[in-house]
Amino acid sequence: MLEIKDLHAGVEDKKILKGINLTVNPGEVHAIMGPNGSGKSTLASVIAGKEDFEVKKGSISLEGEDLEELAPEERAHKGIFMSFQYPVEIPGVTVTNFMKTAINESRKAKGLEDMPANEMLKLIREKSEMLEIDRKFLSRSLNEGFSGGEKKRNEIFQLAMMEPKLAILDETDSGLDIDALRIVANGVNKLRSKDNAIVVITHYQRLLEYIIPDYVHVLFDGRIAKSGGKELALELEEKGYDWIKQEVVV
Amino acid sequence: MAYTEEELKKELETKEYEYGFYTEIESDTFPKGLNADIVRAISKKKNEPEWMTEWRLEAFRIWESMEEPEWANVHYEKPDFQAISYYSAPKKADPNKTMDDVDPELLEMYRKLGISLDEQKRLQNVAVDIVVDSVSVATTFQKTLEEKGILFMPISEAIQKHPELIKKYMGTVVPKTDNFYAALNSAVFTDGSFCYIPKGVKCPMELSTYFRINEGGTGQFERTLVIADESSYVSYLEGCTAPSRDENQLHAAVVELIALDDAEIKYSTVQNWFPGDSDGKGGVYNFVTKRGLCEKNSKISWTQVETGSAVTWKYPSCILKGDNSVGEFYSIAVTNNFQQADTGTKMVHLGKNTKSTIISKGISAGKSQNSYRGLVQVNSRAENARNFSQCDSLLMGNECGAHTFPYIEAKNKSAQIEHEATTSKIGEDQIFYCNQRGIDTEKAIALIVNGFSKEVLNKLPMEFAVEAQKLLEISLEGSVG
Repeated sequence: MLEIKDLHAGVEDKKILKGINLTVNPGEVHAIMGPNGSGKSTLASVIAGKEDFEVKKGSISLEGEDLEELAPEERAHKGIFMSFQYPVEIPGVTVTNFMKTAINESRKAKGLEDMPANEMLKLIREKSEMLEIDRKFLSRSLNEGFSGGEKKRNEIFQLAMMEPKLAILDETDSGLDIDALRIVANGVNKLRSKDNAIVVITHYQRLLEYIIPDYVHVLFDGRIAKSGGKELALELEEKGYDWIKQEVVV
Repeated sequence: MAYTEEELKKELETKEYEYGFYTEIESDTFPKGLNADIVRAISKKKNEPEWMTEWRLEAFRIWESMEEPEWANVHYEKPDFQAISYYSAPKKADPNKTMDDVDPELLEMYRKLGISLDEQKRLQNVAVDIVVDSVSVATTFQKTLEEKGILFMPISEAIQKHPELIKKYMGTVVPKTDNFYAALNSAVFTDGSFCYIPKGVKCPMELSTYFRINEGGTGQFERTLVIADESSYVSYLEGCTAPSRDENQLHAAVVELIALDDAEIKYSTVQNWFPGDSDGKGGVYNFVTKRGLCEKNSKISWTQVETGSAVTWKYPSCILKGDNSVGEFYSIAVTNNFQQADTGTKMVHLGKNTKSTIISKGISAGKSQNSYRGLVQVNSRAENARNFSQCDSLLMGNECGAHTFPYIEAKNKSAQIEHEATTSKIGEDQIFYCNQRGIDTEKAIALIVNGFSKEVLNKLPMEFAVEAQKLLEISLEGSVG
């Protein structure tokens, strides 16, 4: 599904990603771990197409299609979804209205008519029940005055609504207490299927106790320093990132 | 001096002028320039009684003694008032004709503007009084209104048919001496709307007027007078569109609202005069005086969506004269490219327990300047007056400006005045967030702007709100590169 080859990217003169190779197949969950500043969030942003970053070398493709020339919204239309580490506030725009716009814009890009209101309503009902979201929440302004947990849960609600092929969760666990973490993780687990793939970006192993990954990759200084199964996360937790650092140096 | 019309025209044709038609409708246009004879000629053209001619001439003399104001935060080349033609009427218009007789080209123009005069409007409960250039050419559904005793007609007709109401109310809220543009309007206004709601009557439909400027070099000076008699209610919509013109055009309207005891007037405007091109060339100068007078227990609510004009100078205000009266002002002002807007309101609290609310949303993009200017004045006799003001500014890009000039004058200790203000910028983070959800940048801006303006959009009647939303999108197209 997702194929990243020798990806180099950065901001102006600063190199952040220095040759990433990653293949994600349908049905898989990949975790990307690493210390602060290793390039985790940059990788997520580059896949999503954020223009602040310049791709200097290498390629990213989704289902065989090169993404280089595609604008962020076009990548979204192709089925890439990113759950933000810091979701932004949009005052006066309700969660429902935002989702309606997002879904209909994606449909428009595919040459489809707007989703009929009753269908939209059904979808909202279904997904909010699944994620135990109070309906009142949906009429509030997007992320405005939301607690950290509410913001992240809202991201997962959007993920559920958009039904993307590839979901990238950027530090979804940061700022969550254990109960909120469990709810968010349960939501993600319910959305796992053999047709979609999930990339979980996290600093701590904690989230991976709830969202069990098929593969774990450790990012260090812009490269994937080590890859393995879910046990790698536990090993990291135990030994800390210094261990990787030493391994890389050796 | 009993001139015939022909003689009059000949005598006035001293200067060279050309018929710079925009559409091919033949216009009946006066030569450029302003003097007492032109004022007389306008009055004569409108077949006005002597008292009206005198009223105009007095206004003209007052105007002559006044200076164009300069305190507003706008910069523009002052109009040459002698280079403007003060009267232009579509020649074929005749109030006695039926719609079938109206020039098909005119109808086509309405169609382009999305104004339908057919049954649809009635189904939507909208009666329309259309002003093209200066003369009302079509008035619909007068009969339905007449049955309720509601008068809704061009003001020129009201001068003929209801002189007692005109004499009693015109100029009482906005006197001839009020300001430079109001004086000018009083001297040369060519048409506008008149509306009277009798005691205890709730107007069953939204009354609507579409104004537009058609011919180049002609100023438009409408005069609107709305009177809501005791315990009556009316919702009035005013929409403006103007086709692209190369030269600056002057628009100096006067709107007077009078809400008698226990009456309510809701006045909504969508203003979309030509703002000039993206280089700041052309565009309408919109210098408008709008004011309402509230008697006991009455309420006046102004709602405006301002997206057009090169320069806007406009402060819809309320004089809260009666005890327990309520004034409201809800405004969205959008400026893009080189537009300049200085707009806001005045809430003058004279009566006891008077309340006012001001919600102003300014959106600036391009190289535009957007100013809010407001005055909340509490008179010494106005016990327990209350005001709440909220001024929010939204900036797009780095070259525009947002300014807030709130003035508060409280002369009574029991007054309670609150003022809140925020300034924010559409962030790249917000745009990227929307992009990531499949929403392109243009749509994202529309979404953010609509969210920002929601409190005001919600105050507009339904169908008007939809139009206004579209207008906001169109006005900001291409404003983020």
